[in-house]
Amino acid sequence: MVENTFQGVTITMKHLKLAIALAALGCGTAAYAQDDFSAQLKARQGQFRIMAINLGILGGMAQGKTEYNAEAAQAAADTLVAVSMIQQAPMWPAGSDDMSIEGTRAQTTIWEQNDDFLSKWADFGTAAKAIQASAAGGQEALGPLMGQVGGACKACHDTHRAPAN
Amino acid sequence: MWRGLVRTVVILGGLGAATGWVLTQATPLDDTALAGIDADPANGETVFTAAGCASCHAAPDAEGEAKLVLAGGQRFASDFGTFIAPNVSPHPEAGIGGWTLAEFASAVTRGVSPEGQHYYPAFPYAAYLHMTEQDVADLWAYWQTLPQDATPSEPHEVGFPFNIRRAVGVWKQLYMTDDWVMASAETDQIARGRYLVEALAHCGECHTPRDALGGLDRDAWLAGAPNPSGRGTIPSLTPDDLTWGSTEIAYYLETGFTPDFDSAGGHMVAVIANFTKLPASDREAVAAYLKALP
Repeated sequence: MVENTFQGVTITMKHLKLAIALAALGCGTAAYAQDDFSAQLKARQGQFRIMAINLGILGGMAQGKTEYNAEAAQAAADTLVAVSMIQQAPMWPAGSDDMSIEGTRAQTTIWEQNDDFLSKWADFGTAAKAIQASAAGGQEALGPLMGQVGGACKACHDTHRAPAN
Repeated sequence: MWRGLVRTVVILGGLGAATGWVLTQATPLDDTALAGIDADPANGETVFTAAGCASCHAAPDAEGEAKLVLAGGQRFASDFGTFIAPNVSPHPEAGIGGWTLAEFASAVTRGVSPEGQHYYPAFPYAAYLHMTEQDVADLWAYWQTLPQDATPSEPHEVGFPFNIRRAVGVWKQLYMTDDWVMASAETDQIARGRYLVEALAHCGECHTPRDALGGLDRDAWLAGAPNPSGRGTIPSLTPDDLTWGSTEIAYYLETGFTPDFDSAGGHMVAVIANFTKLPASDREAVAAYLKALP
């Protein structure tokens, strides 16, 4: 349960939605403040980090590395769905690709093939909802569902993310 | 005296050129090679998957079942030009349906075409040369079950001097060797991992740095390299750099998730799509091999 508390405060969906709303506000104000896009980079990289942390909770249970806990699995899956609902457009302004600025692996294909990018993001949402529907139903279901989420991650990274430097 | 010296030089030069001509010849296997092997197409499918044939020879952006249509057309940029994967579907004209098993084996394990020409080493025959005869025969048997496609192959976009195919013969003399990089495999599992990594899955093609002539630097085996077709770096897999546990490596090959649940990208996505179809024991064997690297 440690994963779901921050300094003793349990993170609920309400808190998460508030945080997302605040983050979205932050993006809006930063957009005209500077053009190194550091706020957008932090926001979009942060959302992927939130995804990874919660996938880690589910993946640990799927692999049997950590004990299955229905409540923790549900909270992690709910968080994935919450991330999938963050609107993406404000975090991906034109010119924030890896050819234009430092600190990102976002390839220009995100803008050149934006429909493909957004459809792959939508696929992540579909996979997140599937895991949300079954996360509390036992450890056995997690493996295949993780595979579906992982497939969505890879499908997008295949085209749109540059290798690490 | 001068005349004698000139004659000697001419003779030696002629001998050198003749030797070079012989050495750079593309020698196919004998017609009877691999004859009499009882081929198993089911194992051929495993070889096909592990060797990643479809990852390069399927049409660009093919998904799902369409990946089994080996129509070609994917482009591979390199320092030497852009290679375009040919149609290798079993179509008798557009593809390789008219080949014999010996011709197929010559292509895969020697990089020699039925016309007696060298293929460019973008085709990883320097890895496939380690393939067992049984696996080659099984692979060919499986090949016959794949769909035909009539898309014509496109010529490679390779300029002078790299368009001199004969020069590939020199490259082969320099870089093709029967020797494994990991000379001795301590266990059967490591030996299987070595076969997968060094031969079928040809991991070294991207994870090992190349010298100026495009040959793999076997002294820096799997030590990471610049991305051959684009920006960024292909990571090192040596134990000093890749500190993941064996189960974590196997899980990555199955799901694409790193230990901190980042996910694979780029061409590795295609590699994982193949590894996820292989038996768990094969993924564990790759992990065991990587852990046994110096």
